[in-house]
Amino acid sequence: MIEIDSELCKDCKLCASVCPHRLIESCDRMNQKGYYPAIFIEKHFKKEGRKCTGCGLCAIICPEIAIEVYRA
Amino acid sequence: MRGNHVVAEAAVRAGCRFYFGYPITPQNEVPEYMSERLSKIEGGVFIQAESEVASIHMVIGASMAGGRVMTSSSGPGISLKQEGISFLSALELPAIIVNMSRGGPGLGNIAPSQSDYFQATRGGGHGDYRNIVLAPNSCQELADLTYKAFDLADKYRTPVIILGDGMLGQMMEPVELPPEVQLKKLPHKDWTLTGAKGRPSRFLRSLILDPFEEEEHNWKLMRKYERITKEEIRWETYFADDAKLLVVAFGIAARIAKGAIKRMRDEGQKVGLIRPISLWPFPYKAIKELTKKVRHFFVFEMNMGQMIEDVKLALEGNGEVHFYGRPGGVILTPLEISRVISSYYYQKKLG
Amino acid sequence: MMKKVFSRPKSLKKTPFHYCPGCGHSLLHRIIGEVIDEMDLQEKIIGIPPAGCAVLAYFYFDIDMGEASHGRAAALATGMKRAQPDKVVFTYQGDGDIAAIGTAETIHAAARGENFTTIFVNNGVYGMTGGQMAPTTILGQSTTTSPGGRKEKRDGFPINLSEMIAVAKGSAYIERTAVNSPANILKTKKAIAKAFRVQLAGQGFSLVEVLSPCPTNWKMESLEACKWIDEVMSAHFPLGVIKDITGDKKDAH
Repeated sequence: MIEIDSELCKDCKLCASVCPHRLIESCDRMNQKGYYPAIFIEKHFKKEGRKCTGCGLCAIICPEIAIEVYRA
Repeated sequence: MRGNHVVAEAAVRAGCRFYFGYPITPQNEVPEYMSERLSKIEGGVFIQAESEVASIHMVIGASMAGGRVMTSSSGPGISLKQEGISFLSALELPAIIVNMSRGGPGLGNIAPSQSDYFQATRGGGHGDYRNIVLAPNSCQELADLTYKAFDLADKYRTPVIILGDGMLGQMMEPVELPPEVQLKKLPHKDWTLTGAKGRPSRFLRSLILDPFEEEEHNWKLMRKYERITKEEIRWETYFADDAKLLVVAFGIAARIAKGAIKRMRDEGQKVGLIRPISLWPFPYKAIKELTKKVRHFFVFEMNMGQMIEDVKLALEGNGEVHFYGRPGGVILTPLEISRVISSYYYQKKLG
Repeated sequence: MMKKVFSRPKSLKKTPFHYCPGCGHSLLHRIIGEVIDEMDLQEKIIGIPPAGCAVLAYFYFDIDMGEASHGRAAALATGMKRAQPDKVVFTYQGDGDIAAIGTAETIHAAARGENFTTIFVNNGVYGMTGGQMAPTTILGQSTTTSPGGRKEKRDGFPINLSEMIAVAKGSAYIERTAVNSPANILKTKKAIAKAFRVQLAGQGFSLVEVLSPCPTNWKMESLEACKWIDEVMSAHFPLGVIKDITGDKKDAH
């Protein structure tokens, strides 16, 4: 599971590009800095069983340290 | 002892453990002496850097770490150090910079001159700042002023320039050296970069982007310079009490002038000398005081007229100033300069 | 029961970065913060930021830091490390700082075997001043002072500083890495940790050159910039260990 701090995000889209399960995309609402921040969309794929495995690749590549990762 | 060696030895006795320099005549004996002396002391660091630029920045690094640090050079090398000196002032770091001036501008020559007065006293680099500038005129003063400089630098967190020249650096005189400072007894510096152990991390920087903050930083430096001006002006007079003509000179020129004045006094001429020892802060008040009794001032410098501007500022229009300068490293004898001064003395019908 | 496995390093302040989206500095600051945390260096490390986009690094790192003028960090680090050899000193410099104005200081620090670490952020341009040509701008790369692309005749060749420094006998460990992918980011972290270990062991000068994206001045999207490092830039600046006298194959963590 991940948590993205949308106010830190600058929409570089690097996290979305590395997620092996494609569970991140850009939000359609702006944050306070004027960026469309990344959001974690795992809950949309509950039926398909696409789940975050806590690999942390998104957090590793995020320049803004906007992502915290939790693992079971 | 040779002047250059005196500077080095006095520095070490003052607690200097870090010297970074580069060869340039006429001060090569300073790094040579330091390379030997510091290698024999615990914690002594000597580096012959790759340039004067590199050495001034090594000075900055070691000063940030809290050490007593020194560098030395001559005209062209001091020019190279100007950015570093501006940074030292802005960062409020103590450091000693020794300039054994030579003929200039450009590559000039290796003969002694006093043409770096403006460079030393007007900041020298970019920005609004001043360095404490001390001008010795003998090997003994080289020892005493270099030794004192380290305390001044630490006390005010500011660079101090020892403005000597090639002749002072090479001449040999008997010297009484000061006692060795005990490093442990020096006051603790609470602003140094030593690793954030047991305290919050700190940084030293001179980049202040907000104009109002930068303005305040400039005022802070200015207030410091005012304190220094109150406490650290140094000068000396020689036969000034009943003088009708006062010679104003610093450093080696003053030494030569003293010899001339002695001759002239023997012949009954009422000539005296006022010798600024701190070129910044300059003894403006002391010179102005003398205008109560003296109208005629004879500025003698080994350059094309630099200290004379400060003398004129000091006089505030009271009195007449005559300038005699010999740039390029030409050294007059006391006899030769006494003839020039005498001729002016009689020209002005003073005797 | 979930436990947190990734969060902000303690040795970074909580200040959000001012760097552009996708900038390599942000990544490198975090990587260095992680290494400082994991090697427990926060109380004994002193950093020297550059004149460049990272000039304000002291607002991000919660460690002692001392400003250097442009290019002179290697000289400052020399003075600082010699004055307190038991501390860890590192410089953080861009391509102009280290390979233009600061080349002499860097070469001589390496030649003297000065025991500090230099982290060289190579993004092929002068970022802070608006994208001018740098010593590491490659032929054909367009910048504001090489319009139409860097030309051999007019602008000369780029400099491979790490290979040059490797010739200096006092240099102990030199590696070139990148921060354009998670794998490369982890390699960069290992390299920096190793460089600090080399310093702690007193083995000489260590340098980690990090190819870093500058999407703004390259006029590319972040992802495109990361790809450009893989496909173009690293052909001129090959990744990998350039020099290693330590023979230490140990992993960083």
